[in-house]
Amino acid sequence: MSAINSRAVQCSAQVVSNKKVGAYHHIILSVDSIAAAARPGNFVAIAVGGASSSLVLRRAFAIYRAADKGSAGGVIELVVAPHGEGSKWLTARQVHETVDLVGPLGTSFGIPTEPVRCILVGGGYGSAPLFGLAEILKARGCRVDMVLGASSAGKIYAPLDGKRSVSSMTITTDDGSAGMHGRVSEALSQIIEENGSELIYSCGPMAMLEAIQEIADKYNLVHQASVEESMACGIGVCMTCVVPLRGSDGVIRMSRTCIDGPVMDGANVIWNSRGSIPEGTWGA
Amino acid sequence: MFNYSTSLGSTVLPNPIVTASGCAGSGKELSQFFPLTELGAIVTKSIMLKPRSGRATPRMAETPSGMLNSIGLQGPGIDSFLENDIPWLQSQSARIIVSIAGESVEDYASLARRVRNIPNVVGIEVNISCPNVENRGMVFSCQPDTARAAIENVRRNIGGEVPIFAKLSPDVTDIVAIAREVVNAGADGLALINTVLGMVIDVNTMRPKLAQKTGGLSGPAIRPIAVRAIYQVRAALPKIPIIGMGGVASGKDALELVLAGASAISVGTATFGNPTAVMKIKQELESLLTERGFDNFVDAVGFAHRMESL
Repeated sequence: MSAINSRAVQCSAQVVSNKKVGAYHHIILSVDSIAAAARPGNFVAIAVGGASSSLVLRRAFAIYRAADKGSAGGVIELVVAPHGEGSKWLTARQVHETVDLVGPLGTSFGIPTEPVRCILVGGGYGSAPLFGLAEILKARGCRVDMVLGASSAGKIYAPLDGKRSVSSMTITTDDGSAGMHGRVSEALSQIIEENGSELIYSCGPMAMLEAIQEIADKYNLVHQASVEESMACGIGVCMTCVVPLRGSDGVIRMSRTCIDGPVMDGANVIWNSRGSIPEGTWGA
Repeated sequence: MFNYSTSLGSTVLPNPIVTASGCAGSGKELSQFFPLTELGAIVTKSIMLKPRSGRATPRMAETPSGMLNSIGLQGPGIDSFLENDIPWLQSQSARIIVSIAGESVEDYASLARRVRNIPNVVGIEVNISCPNVENRGMVFSCQPDTARAAIENVRRNIGGEVPIFAKLSPDVTDIVAIAREVVNAGADGLALINTVLGMVIDVNTMRPKLAQKTGGLSGPAIRPIAVRAIYQVRAALPKIPIIGMGGVASGKDALELVLAGASAISVGTATFGNPTAVMKIKQELESLLTERGFDNFVDAVGFAHRMESL
């Protein structure tokens, strides 16, 4: 792709709703045309902290769901964990306040044209973009098995209405406080073998995505992974959010996760390369 | 009618607001948010002779009112740049300031030969001050002799076709001495300032946050350093045009650098926080100058120095 999402625009988005759900905030923003342009896997970049803030960088948030309401405009929904200064600021916004938002940004999950047996794997708030994806896949007649993992029960984001779109839902927690005791990757093999899964979609921490890729390789499955690397701008100009990615020409390039991602073909990502440049990378 | 035009040596720009190298790519992404012709000029990401992967990640850490970056001049190399980026920028009718960076003083000569005579290229920024290199001895602008050698190599290969601007680091004891050296070596103007070398340690991992430990600090945190550097150099070399940069995020910030002596303003990190920051700054600066009774932008350049001359 290597070009900014051609639908991306900047807008002043009004907060329609902001509710605490477990460890997260579910936020609805009025965004006009961005809702119609958004695809599952796309993200938005939001300015945080207000005009005189010392937080100078935009924050990227995966779109949880988008709803186009025609002439009435559209809304997008976000699931935000108030961890850092920027996300704490955003989750403190009141209804009717506005935020400066750019979107939709990045690549989206590829949707199969025929019914395919899919597994959707989310880690922590990484589950956010998977529910909108599940709805679309279900509508296409796909089997959708979802696996959500987190460190503990409170960090699983799995709203009741989201569960309607999935054929099965498996929860794993590192501490065993909910669902299976262990990591999502440990649950995957059994689900793949039971359901004859053909395609994996994932979103979450890089270590989890890498573990999923190993399983995808073992079963020879396509793996579309939504990756994560520190981002300063979200629009492709800062060059901070890169990961080594093998292109269609076989060449590894340090590729922007905001432009060539966040959704990448997991088989083409050179995993576990944080802190070094893989040998053979273009220009290394 | 306010006259916003400015002069950078032999180049005249319709307004003084330009991008900062490394903060706008080669313009394609920003063109989705505004026409590039709205800019005085686009300053492209520093280009090197060969493709370069840049440094390992993590490359970025946010800091109070700023950020550290450790990109390490990732880029496609001059061949691809001339083949792809320049024709595209020409198709947009953008005025282009090409930023070049070398690993050796000879590289600067080779790069200069490639960029000296290109339609729409209105200036060359010679980046001799990128802090993200393995060897601090490679920061050419940190020593007078290497700074001079790099600029001489560019000057020898570029006659009067297009003005050349030496981009300097503030990480020196006496920036005026370096400025004099590069002007004597043939620089038509100066670009002040590059990022300031910094470091952040993650108190959870108890290790440096950036893979390569150090990075360049940018953003409003360094603005007073930029204002000081521009002011000092303007006082010493009042006839040399300066492209000022360092933490400009508003028209008021831009005005500070103009009053210190900048004839053009580069906007960098602010674009990361807001893709239309340059447009906002352009409008705000014009309003502030008009409010203060200026009919011509150029009359405000270096205006803060008048107290000393009166």
